[in-house]
Amino acid sequence: MTITEKILAAHTDEAKVESGQLINARVDLVLANDITAPIAIKEFEKIAAKNVFDKDKVALIPDHFAPQKDIKAAEQCKMMRDFALRQGLSLYFEVGRMGVEHALLPEQGIVLPGDLVIGADSHTCTYGALGAFSTGVGSTDAAATMATGQCWFKVPESMKFIYYGKLNKWVGGKDLILHTIGDIGVDGALYRAMEFDGEVISSLGMAGRLTMCNMAIEAGGKSGIIVPDEITRQYVTGRAKRAFTFYTSDADAKYVDVREYDCSKIEPTVSCPHLPSNTRAASKLTHVTVDQVFIGSCTNGRIEDLREAASILKDKKVNSNVRMIVIPATQAIYLQAMKEGLIEIFIDAQAVVSTPTCGPCLGGHMGILAKGEKAISTSNRNFIGRMGHTESEIYLSNPAVAAASAVLGRIGLPEEIGL
Amino acid sequence: MLFRGKVWKFGKNIDTDRIIPARYLNTSDEGELARHVMEDADVDFPNKVQKGDIIIAEDNFGCGSSREHAPIAIKAAGVSAVIATSFARIFYRNAFNIGLPIFISAEAVHGIKEGDVIEIDADNGVIRNLTAENSFTSEPIPQFMQELINAGGLIEWTKKKIA
Repeated sequence: MTITEKILAAHTDEAKVESGQLINARVDLVLANDITAPIAIKEFEKIAAKNVFDKDKVALIPDHFAPQKDIKAAEQCKMMRDFALRQGLSLYFEVGRMGVEHALLPEQGIVLPGDLVIGADSHTCTYGALGAFSTGVGSTDAAATMATGQCWFKVPESMKFIYYGKLNKWVGGKDLILHTIGDIGVDGALYRAMEFDGEVISSLGMAGRLTMCNMAIEAGGKSGIIVPDEITRQYVTGRAKRAFTFYTSDADAKYVDVREYDCSKIEPTVSCPHLPSNTRAASKLTHVTVDQVFIGSCTNGRIEDLREAASILKDKKVNSNVRMIVIPATQAIYLQAMKEGLIEIFIDAQAVVSTPTCGPCLGGHMGILAKGEKAISTSNRNFIGRMGHTESEIYLSNPAVAAASAVLGRIGLPEEIGL
Repeated sequence: MLFRGKVWKFGKNIDTDRIIPARYLNTSDEGELARHVMEDADVDFPNKVQKGDIIIAEDNFGCGSSREHAPIAIKAAGVSAVIATSFARIFYRNAFNIGLPIFISAEAVHGIKEGDVIEIDADNGVIRNLTAENSFTSEPIPQFMQELINAGGLIEWTKKKIA
């Protein structure tokens, strides 16, 4: 069996499951945010279950339009908070404690290797980086699971992606996943589990792994996953407050497709408007001017991402034609960035630094694009109108390319500013 | 079950941001969501769409965000069904969960034009083009999804299960 099949089987009463099989599985955690939870709560109340299945396994995180951006958003957040209080949920995160959900939950040791997690947010697939099975669902699925602790799944087929060779300078997890999506397309892994493997993944840090699994959905994937190893163990040690299980894929596990990538051929990669699969080498896009640079989101808002951006911006200034917005994904990341002097570097460079929120990634608040404006962003989607006006444009990149572009006022590489 | 209506056609990879942009997600009111349905794909769509109309799109309809507001907005706008070459998986689940009928049929997508009036015979998997007087088949609905439809959606199915 693949790691995905083993985790799914372990959450049923069956010893073995195979792709295509329909199962009803027990979940370790169900989560929702301030956009998806209100519908989930309304649907939950229709079921007439008095209580959630386990008050320690339902996480509600106001992160999309929080801190509350307007009255309607405030009403949605309040509905969520009232429900959390009424149900006595231990995993409700008020502003001040919250962070971007997919950065927050791994950081706090709430999702762990071997877990089965569903979330009413498409980027729930992020936790595969820990060796968990996690996938996004809608509000009604979340509601039913909040009541029963179970969810139905079709066991997905798995695709394996093997990365070998030496990573080029300024190339990381973001470039690997953008390159992969560029190769297979936005529905290239539709309904499938994407298993990332190879010597490059074995030495890739947890931040890069989280970035890769985070964007499995952008290839249509049901989940992304990496077999846990020593890097995983180091990450969860000190965070985990309960037991966890490492699963691995068997040597004879079945894959519908196996793709190999020579990483020495992968350059810093950018997704051009208006699909994540529309990838080009950053070096081929130096003619593209930018009006806004965003560093943050569940894809690239972690401390490693901020360090990378700060290493570019140190003793430099954001181009006078550019506004640069930096959003640490969680309070702990924010604090760590302060301690390391990263916030000072950003402010000296004339970037703004905000409290944790998904904000501009989905065109919510904190940096919306006007008609005709262009942004380079470390987030995950560049669909038409995603960050604002339908005639704005979004380019997706890693934090180093985004930061270098902020200095240059156009898409560019760190080498162009002497790094 | 029969669905009859006029067809509106869309291309491939219609993401949920275009079905219902995030700027309207500070509410879950169905009527308000319906007033902006498909707005970023066709700004006049919310005014043009009539009760019973059918959306036909190409590959990967509903890709992107998990927002259930997308199928809710389509259903609340009066759209009776969506036909596509393929659906993104979260949208697919959401549609069945909330009771928005969806059908997979590449031949119908290619063979039917915008403005045609069609009839979907869900029980027999037949899509009839009443304008062009021809017909197409749709992929059968998987047994479990049919069970959800028969129960009246996931919430009703869950209520029965825990009763």
